[in-house]
Amino acid sequence: MSNPNIYIPYLMRIEKIILEAPGVKTFRLKFENEQEADEFNFKAGQFGEYSIVGVGESTFCIASSPTRKGYIECTFRQTGRVTNALASAEEGDVIGFRGPYGNTFPLDDWKGKSLLFIAGGIALPPMRCVIWNALDLRENFKDITIVYGAKSVADLVYKNELEEWGNRLDVKLITTVDPGGETPGWKGEVGFVPSVLEKAAPSAENTIAIVCGPPIMIKFTFPVLEKLGFTDDNIYTTLENRMKCGFGKCGRCNVGEKYVCLDGPVFTNVQLKELPAEY
Amino acid sequence: MQTENYTIRKASLEKLFNNLVEKGKTVYAPKAKGKVVLFENVERFDEITEDYIVTTNSAKSVVFPRVEEVFSYKKTKEKTEISDASANSFPDVVLWGSRPCDAAAFIPLTNTFNRDYTDIIYNKRFEKILILTFSCSKCDEYCFCTSVNSGTGNTAGSDILFTKLSTGDFLAEVITEKGKLLVEENSSLFEAKPAESKEQNLANVKTYFNHEEVQSKLQNLFENPVWDEKSRACLGCGSCAFVCPVCSCFDIQDESHGGNGSRLRCWDSCGFSLFTLHTSGHNPRETQGARWRQRILHKFLYMPDQSKVAGCVGCGRCSRACPADINILDTVTSL
Amino acid sequence: MNELIKKAAELLESNVVQIVIGYGKGSAERTRTIFITEASGCDQLIFDSRCIQNLAVYLTKAEIKKLGKPAIVAPVPVLRSILQLASENQLTEDGLVVLGVTPESTLIEFESFAAIETYLASHKIEIDEKYQKIIEGIKSMPVEERFAYWVKELEPCFKCYACRAACPLCYCTRCTVENNQPQWIKSASHPLGNLEWHVMRAMHHAGRCTDCDACYEACPMGIPIHLLTKSMLQDVTENFGPYGPSLNKDNTLSSFKPEDKESFIK
Repeated sequence: MSNPNIYIPYLMRIEKIILEAPGVKTFRLKFENEQEADEFNFKAGQFGEYSIVGVGESTFCIASSPTRKGYIECTFRQTGRVTNALASAEEGDVIGFRGPYGNTFPLDDWKGKSLLFIAGGIALPPMRCVIWNALDLRENFKDITIVYGAKSVADLVYKNELEEWGNRLDVKLITTVDPGGETPGWKGEVGFVPSVLEKAAPSAENTIAIVCGPPIMIKFTFPVLEKLGFTDDNIYTTLENRMKCGFGKCGRCNVGEKYVCLDGPVFTNVQLKELPAEY
Repeated sequence: MQTENYTIRKASLEKLFNNLVEKGKTVYAPKAKGKVVLFENVERFDEITEDYIVTTNSAKSVVFPRVEEVFSYKKTKEKTEISDASANSFPDVVLWGSRPCDAAAFIPLTNTFNRDYTDIIYNKRFEKILILTFSCSKCDEYCFCTSVNSGTGNTAGSDILFTKLSTGDFLAEVITEKGKLLVEENSSLFEAKPAESKEQNLANVKTYFNHEEVQSKLQNLFENPVWDEKSRACLGCGSCAFVCPVCSCFDIQDESHGGNGSRLRCWDSCGFSLFTLHTSGHNPRETQGARWRQRILHKFLYMPDQSKVAGCVGCGRCSRACPADINILDTVTSL
Repeated sequence: MNELIKKAAELLESNVVQIVIGYGKGSAERTRTIFITEASGCDQLIFDSRCIQNLAVYLTKAEIKKLGKPAIVAPVPVLRSILQLASENQLTEDGLVVLGVTPESTLIEFESFAAIETYLASHKIEIDEKYQKIIEGIKSMPVEERFAYWVKELEPCFKCYACRAACPLCYCTRCTVENNQPQWIKSASHPLGNLEWHVMRAMHHAGRCTDCDACYEACPMGIPIHLLTKSMLQDVTENFGPYGPSLNKDNTLSSFKPEDKESFIK
């Protein structure tokens, strides 16, 4: 952070707004201040506090890859006071951003391994960052598999990028929608993510699984991963606790002896099992 | 620095107070207000009450006020201008009449606002305070400072600790450089140290439990009916967290008035039901028992384990203030 | 007292109720609310002038309801709250057993809410004279002085919401202050935020407040917020006639009669 006052946000101009799905938008943000843009650095997995100054702040991950310089992106769903205010913003408007906070996906440790990304619905944004980061350094990894599902075709986010990933020869992409969510032209799978994952049965050998999704999806995905032979230290997830300050002081995201904003949001299943069930 | 001991006569103590006020310091001292004793800004020595074991509220608002502006802003369609509140000047504050437990509480409070990331607004306020503590000659059944590694004559966190002696004069233990500076500026008021010892003038607080033992017990008590049982009467208000000298949870709120406004850091409490509520509607701490457990575990296990600081100073304010008479000592001793 | 203890134990023994909510020994000289699930625990029940908490607040709590059908020890202030809650459809007659208790600790068994209403007819809400004088004094101040008075009185308030938490009639699962779309009441505890909260709470209690003083007793800072609710009680009485909890009459402010005065419109 360039400003020693940790509460002061960077001012960001909205360069581009993409409507991903009903109620879901992606913002591409550029720093108003050139020097701040040059000095800014982050790693995959980190998040920020995005705000409409005067309305409030909201916590989203940084959804763009750190390999892409000059901008950051966030994707959010309109649900409450701040996200509704953000959704009313237009290209050219200025919003606030504090970050980057949190720990990171240890991509360096994963060199030479295969990566299996599993995401559901609005939980693809935290993964998108690390997916693009991995793809931009494709030679570092062996197989890359992405399993992504949403309630319906309309609810799939990053539709253009899904197409791009699907067309790549060095990526195996499996998209699925919940039963009843398919459209006549839908060419992907139909079924819940855990069952689609089980059917695809990716190899657990020398593979890291990164899972992000609603609690119900996680609940049924972990047993499938266990069945496929994944060990707890090779399964990563991001926790989405209620966070406010982002720097470990306001107390909201305190779980056991950890703060999700400091020691997370990226956790291995080993670390997750050590936490009390308060997330 | 090495503690320096002096005697200060009763009349000189009053002179010291008056000197501070004359110098333009903002003095917060215990003031009786009906059935409560509150730390308030006082200008006359006779406004201060000596009739208290601990004040009703803590002194933490001198460094961690209820509402702190972190920045103000002016916004138009084209431009947003932010004014950093840390550039403001903060007043010279003297905290007069804190108890050893209050002074000790500044240690974990300062730790919270400085670990991992530094809150410069907190630090700017903390630099400007002088903590003049008076040791305890009385205690009651709510006090348990000796069970949490503190005590009625504890000097930790104070700049000067005054102990009233049988003569009516005071022993002044000068602990820090700030305290030493005060003595130098008022050297005529401080005389050679007294013959009488401090210990014979201190209240004896019963030791109810061993802190390290409780810390280790708590490691295995997450799933235990004691949390629901002890918090059944809890009404879910924020009294305990707000009167506590150590509690520092906060909320960040924006307030706007047309194109102007500010971002504020306001007190919050883990006891409120909405504290950990997710937007999805999922609440990791759904029951009051889970929230009571969090309070105890955070104070007696997580903070000491992680940050190596006390999470509780044993002042008993939370139990005194609780409208439902939930007593923290009662819960801890029943584990 | 013995009668009360005996009856409570009987109710638990026969499983007519699964929990008894009453007063027990607290810290120092205080009493606290106790929840008894075993008949043998009933001898912890006490009753005397120190028992000031309004136990009715626990009747609407989801976690207490889960424990089963309660029997509740009820001095007059609690009886009034129970009747008010009943008139607001928050309690059903067969959902609880009311163990009325006089200041002399004598048990009164109530078979129905109507029986409570009959009993309360001879214990009408009356604002204590000392408070009447204070309220008169404040009301005689010119508006600016009155405003300054309240800003000063409310200065120690730090929005702990103990007043709300202790009030049996504040049973909203999501309080107005907990809504932020829109943010009607500022959540910060600065002078405006404090005033907004207390004035709004008094307004929400107009015509409902049964003058139990639980809000004042709960306030850790000793702020006399009950002056606001008492003043509101006076205003409603002056304008619409005396009121009290009742199953037979509509709540004063939720019913319109052509003869209602509108003297407050100036």
